Amino acid sequence: MKEPEVSVQNLNWPTALYETLKAANVQHMAYVPDAGHTELINLLNNDAQVITNVLTTEEEGIAIATGTWLGGLRSVVLMQSSGVGNCINMLSLPVQSRTPLLMLVTMRGEWNEFNPWQVPMGKATQASLEAIGVTVLRAETPQDIVEITEQAITMAFEADGQIAVLLSQRLLGKKTW
Amino acid sequence: MSSVMDRRLAVAKLLDSRNDALVITGLGSPSYDVHAHSDADNNYYLWGAMGGAALTGLGLAQAQPGKRVMVITGDGEMLMAFGALATIAVARPTNLDIIVLDNQHFGETGMQNSHTGMGIDIAKVANATGFDATDTLTTLDEVDELCGKLALPASGPRLFVLKIEAKNLPRSLPPRDATYIKTRFRGFLGLQPC
Repeated sequence: MKEPEVSVQNLNWPTALYETLKAANVQHMAYVPDAGHTELINLLNNDAQVITNVLTTEEEGIAIATGTWLGGLRSVVLMQSSGVGNCINMLSLPVQSRTPLLMLVTMRGEWNEFNPWQVPMGKATQASLEAIGVTVLRAETPQDIVEITEQAITMAFEADGQIAVLLSQRLLGKKTW
Repeated sequence: MSSVMDRRLAVAKLLDSRNDALVITGLGSPSYDVHAHSDADNNYYLWGAMGGAALTGLGLAQAQPGKRVMVITGDGEMLMAFGALATIAVARPTNLDIIVLDNQHFGETGMQNSHTGMGIDIAKVANATGFDATDTLTTLDEVDELCGKLALPASGPRLFVLKIEAKNLPRSLPPRDATYIKTRFRGFLGLQPC
């Protein structure tokens, strides 16, 4: 896998992630917004080559991504860790049909968390995904995000995998109130 | 409202006039109804993932803008995905039609009453979200008219509720192997397996 050309310290990871998705021919994105995903959502929403769907709840994105693959398009689903809990039964659709699925999940409730209500689902995120059969990868640094997403794309779209990449809250930084 | 339509006759009319439409079916009786008429490579049957039929249809419609997508599902399945109506209305595909076979009951699980028998009108909800066309049909003659309407281009998503008899008919079981159905469906579109 080729090394990113920008230095790790200065890497603008949302832009790098956008370029990684574009290079992999991801042409669809579905999302429930999260502050940590703001820049990536904006980049994809402003790209005329990418179809985007704003969702009322995260499991909608799982069904939509299954449909886009049925029709030959690669999709990415963006959400916050709390939204993973909403997805569990719908994940039986891509898991059982072995349909490629790429989820990018921004974490809450695990690092410098101010809001205790975020903690239970934050703790349950990885275990829930693994329990339903999704493969979980964690990114702790900007460089991690690019490398891990590149190979998650391979595992999803070339190996029929259902893959979630968790973006750590330490990486995203503390939410300011 | 009386529910008098035979569901299999109504679905047969829709499928007889499908042309090359891609069909997604909601779990339970809608999957059996479509399979009872005819199995086809361009049918994608759900056996689970309740609430996912219309949205799978949305993803497919967006990926295949040149083909018509028809989702055939039940009132219970659509009720579980009320938010999907907002998502679909905002996405505004012009090639997605949703048919709700409404017997006002959860037929697969013991015929408990559903919300649609207690005043909830799915067509009105879809209309309120901004669907291009919505209606509630109670007779097979109206379904004949609908088939003509569905053949015409749309400028946004359409949803039609068909009031059907609350009766469990003999099951006609489509294949339960989800990877087989996926691969067969994609093959119809010229797409390769992994």
